[in-house]
Amino acid sequence: MAETVIKVKNLSKRYRIGVREGYKTFRETLVDSVKAPFRRIANIGKPVPKDETIWALKAVSFEVKKGEVLGIIGRNGAGKTTLLKILSRITEPTEGRIELKGRVGSLLEVGSGFHPELSGHENIYLYGAILGMDSYEITKKFDEIVAFAEIEKFIDTPVKRYSSGMYMRLAFAVAAHLEPEILLVDEVLAVGDAAFQKKCLGKMGKVAEEGRTVLFVSHNMGAIESLCHRGILLESGEKAFESEIHSVVSKYLSKSYETLEDPLKNCARLGNGKIHVVDFHLESPDGEVLKAARSGEPIVFCFKFENRDCLSNEKVSFCFSVYTDKEFALFHYYSHFSNIYFQDLPKQGWAKCLIPELYLSPGNYLVMSYTLVSGERADWPQAFLPITVVGADFYGTGNPNLSSWGPMLVKGKWAVKEI
Amino acid sequence: MLDSNSNITIIEPKKGLVAVDLKELWNYRELLYFLTKRDIKVRYKQTILGGLWAIIQPVFTMVVFTIFFGRMAKMPSNDIPYPIFVYAGLLPWTYFANALSASGESLVGSANLITKVYFPRLIVPTAASLAGLLDFFIAMLVLLGMMVYYQLVPSFQILLFPFLLGLTFLCAVGAGLWLSALNVQYRDIRYVIPFLIQIWMFVSPVIYPMSLVPEKYHWLLALNPMAGVIGAFRSSLLGHHPIDWTLLGISSLIIVIILLSGVYYFRKMERTFADVI
Repeated sequence: MAETVIKVKNLSKRYRIGVREGYKTFRETLVDSVKAPFRRIANIGKPVPKDETIWALKAVSFEVKKGEVLGIIGRNGAGKTTLLKILSRITEPTEGRIELKGRVGSLLEVGSGFHPELSGHENIYLYGAILGMDSYEITKKFDEIVAFAEIEKFIDTPVKRYSSGMYMRLAFAVAAHLEPEILLVDEVLAVGDAAFQKKCLGKMGKVAEEGRTVLFVSHNMGAIESLCHRGILLESGEKAFESEIHSVVSKYLSKSYETLEDPLKNCARLGNGKIHVVDFHLESPDGEVLKAARSGEPIVFCFKFENRDCLSNEKVSFCFSVYTDKEFALFHYYSHFSNIYFQDLPKQGWAKCLIPELYLSPGNYLVMSYTLVSGERADWPQAFLPITVVGADFYGTGNPNLSSWGPMLVKGKWAVKEI
Repeated sequence: MLDSNSNITIIEPKKGLVAVDLKELWNYRELLYFLTKRDIKVRYKQTILGGLWAIIQPVFTMVVFTIFFGRMAKMPSNDIPYPIFVYAGLLPWTYFANALSASGESLVGSANLITKVYFPRLIVPTAASLAGLLDFFIAMLVLLGMMVYYQLVPSFQILLFPFLLGLTFLCAVGAGLWLSALNVQYRDIRYVIPFLIQIWMFVSPVIYPMSLVPEKYHWLLALNPMAGVIGAFRSSLLGHHPIDWTLLGISSLIIVIILLSGVYYFRKMERTFADVI
């Protein structure tokens, strides 16, 4: 049994948030700016009122064993970064206790220690020292770092002249060659082009194979699933779920998009009204309700309908279209395009369409539904139904698709032929 | 670098007085070196005159002061030529003023580091104060030239010179710790610093000799630690006048108090730096 290297017990962190100020007139602003210094001086040292604080983490406990790669998942503001900041001692917890065994290295944001005026060479030493390496260690790895970043030619150029890609590559290269026993990584893989991202992921995988412990925060479920063994799901500062990584990811996806109100409830509708589509959701092929789909994976679009007055011999064609979040239409798919019509519909039911491979890149999209009865428009709810698509290993290469260059993804067979 | 053997780190909310972790500071000594080097290298990047600025600033100030205070106001200068008198005072003062404003701004200027990486924060204002020493030594060359020109020979008191420079550095660090930590919380400090430095110069014997101040008010001047230090600096370099040991003693004591209280306050505020910066 491997030893426990991270022990987190009842960790809580309270942040102070400013009180929101309402709209003010110019006169009030003037008067306030004169009064404010006196009020602030009077308030120095007084305890902060309760409603001005927020618990970014609440009683979080977990343990990590040596050599384990733990994924931390959660929506924005769930406390992931706060957790890593406390673990890397950047900020102090309000309550609780952590025991860490071994040297800790954190990659919370690569390149924050760089100075733009200094050359690549000088910055490697500076950033290395900031991350806790000594110069002997950096000298030993210097060539490796430069080669990894692919910046050999520019090593004596000030980094302010670097392209942003080169800058990030160099920063990641230095950080990746830090050899701590515990590595904390926050969303740093979103740097550089796809090839470099693959290299970064490979490096991270290697770190894990060497028996070091990694805590990994990302919104990229593909990267999380390919790297991590176990996962923790954080929800508004609390640990909601902890398990083997795949079940944590599924749990997260099934919970991740809660819309405030059902847009199909009270929307305007066009059409003769023989059928009403009243509900919509996404499902996995095994029938599990999802609020997010994954690039390249099978997904079922499900529309709940009410049959108001269709005659039993009338042919019904269901349809849905997908738009980008900027309301730009991407596709349109009537069942009759595939020569599929439905007859003898029940009073209520679900119309489901299985898409075997979803060719959408990660992002937010909008869905619209249409229904034709006997070739006539029966129902067109004037409402956009939001869906989310998250990244996954679309190309099947082990490198999760990280590009967000437009909404569509394709894959095919490449070849070169001599003319 | 951090210890690579598997020692255990405990992270807990800290309460009350927190001692300075000297072992950890020692482990991060290379960071102090690299940050100082960075500040030195960056200072005159993309300037035409480069390191000459370290000379131009005090020399021009000396010329202006000589014209206005030396010639026009006929300021007494302990029987030595006013230009070298004022320059010997400006030398430690310029270093002190630059080091103080650099360290006062240092934490806020490194906000991106402080919110992203852990290291002993004490290093930041210390490195900022250290970096100014290079300028000091460059400006010192001019003083040496003037000493040859005016044929002034330092006495044995010159042996005190490293000690006085050390005191100036500690005074800048001590006050810099206070200001930089306060600056994180209250950005008012940013506007206070230039103002403070200006006032501070006029209550220090830079442009006038201590003898200009009536004897009975000397104790009041002694509360300003730079008063004793600048007086002693001038005496040790120009050798015209014995060092006022009482004054220097009081100044040293006050510097130690500023430094210790600065470290204490800094350590106390350090925990929330990343949250409020």
